[in-house]
Amino acid sequence: MTDKKKERINIHEYLAEFEDIPGTRVFTAQRARKGYWLNQFAMSLMKEENRQRFLADERAYLDEWDLSEEAKQAVLDRDYNRMIDCGGNIYFLSKLFSTDKKSFQFAAGSMTGMTQEEYAEMMLKGGRSPEGVRSIKEGR
Amino acid sequence: MARITAGITSSHIPALGAAIQTGKTGDDYWGPVFRGYEPIKQWIARPENMPDVVILVYNDHASAFDMNIIPTFAIGCAERFKPADEGWGPRPVPDVIGHPDLAWHIAQSLILDDFDMTIMNAMDVDHGCTVPLSMIFGEPSEWPCKVIPMPVNVVTYPPPSGRRCFALGDSIKAAVESFPEDLKVHVWGTGGMSHQLQGPRAGLINKEFDLNFIDRLINDPEELSKMPHIEYLRESGSEGIELVMWLIMRGALGDKVRDLYTFYHIPASNTALGALILQPEEIAGPPLEPRKVLSGASFAEA
Ligand SMILES: [Fe+2]
Repeated sequence: MTDKKKERINIHEYLAEFEDIPGTRVFTAQRARKGYWLNQFAMSLMKEENRQRFLADERAYLDEWDLSEEAKQAVLDRDYNRMIDCGGNIYFLSKLFSTDKKSFQFAAGSMTGMTQEEYAEMMLKGGRSPEGVRSIKEGR
Repeated sequence: MARITAGITSSHIPALGAAIQTGKTGDDYWGPVFRGYEPIKQWIARPENMPDVVILVYNDHASAFDMNIIPTFAIGCAERFKPADEGWGPRPVPDVIGHPDLAWHIAQSLILDDFDMTIMNAMDVDHGCTVPLSMIFGEPSEWPCKVIPMPVNVVTYPPPSGRRCFALGDSIKAAVESFPEDLKVHVWGTGGMSHQLQGPRAGLINKEFDLNFIDRLINDPEELSKMPHIEYLRESGSEGIELVMWLIMRGALGDKVRDLYTFYHIPASNTALGALILQPEEIAGPPLEPRKVLSGASFAEA
């Protein structure tokens, strides 16, 4: 191909904009690197034998992985916000709440500071409005 | 010659699969969702509409692909694909049967068309692929047609741009049309619509954005394809980015389409759900009656 691209996305601007969304952590390369082992740990729960071993002794199972103490504690506490701070991604972490026989709605609700009932009620009424949570800088 | 006869969009959330498994498809919560899919089921069951092959565009949700391999665009070329164990055991649905001849033909054509595809000869398929099949084909002992799974990365940033997705659809169309066998092929775009599954902003739903997205997808996809990622994220939630996959479907249908059916519902678990049937204008059948069904929160009065 001889014709070159005329316009390119500025990667720095592209990534910087993600930090401007309230209450949201976009799964960028930086987070993917940080959360590598946490996410791989979660993936291991796709095997029944691993789920059994994990549930039998969570701490011992976590100690088999190259995880920070903070990440291990976040898993033990089922603190999904902190797991995401540790580089976790919700689709990887879904293996953990599925092991607990919990749903995506349970996990998502648990991150909002609302009770499960309040969260379910909000969804039934049409969900969280985007009004005011689009941009931190622009306050819209 | 093979040709693309329809495009369908569908939600693929695991809760729909769970509702089927636990017999809740008729209850107050899920009833309206499954009733909204009924016209699609009936439409596709007619012989003239039943595809020989579905090219099913979805994203793998950390099932076949872990942190070690993250293909942007992949294509399943295997004979068959097993449902993945996502933590609660594999979904109790039939194996997905591929169409290796067509899949390899598409893979080769796309690569020659400058799309550097990842070819998958062994892959389990997760809810992203199997839930739309259940929603549209019900619970048969085997799926009524062949399926070519086409996973797109929308998990690890950056996902492909809307433009790239739209262009991929156009190349899929050309690839299908150069396959010598006489086949009816559907392209399904799955996922969406607005939703956010993480953080304090979880639960975001944007009805205006979604309905506008549907309208532009039908009538002005070229412009729609220019929407930058940040707008999806701000307006439709962090997981709303799945909607770029609908542009692959739309790109495969050509310039003008007829919208046979639009179903939009809030909420399905954490999400707003959109399910459409589109056909290329030249070969489009009559629209369904009713053509548009909006249900759930804030539509009760309408
Ligand atoms: Fe999804």
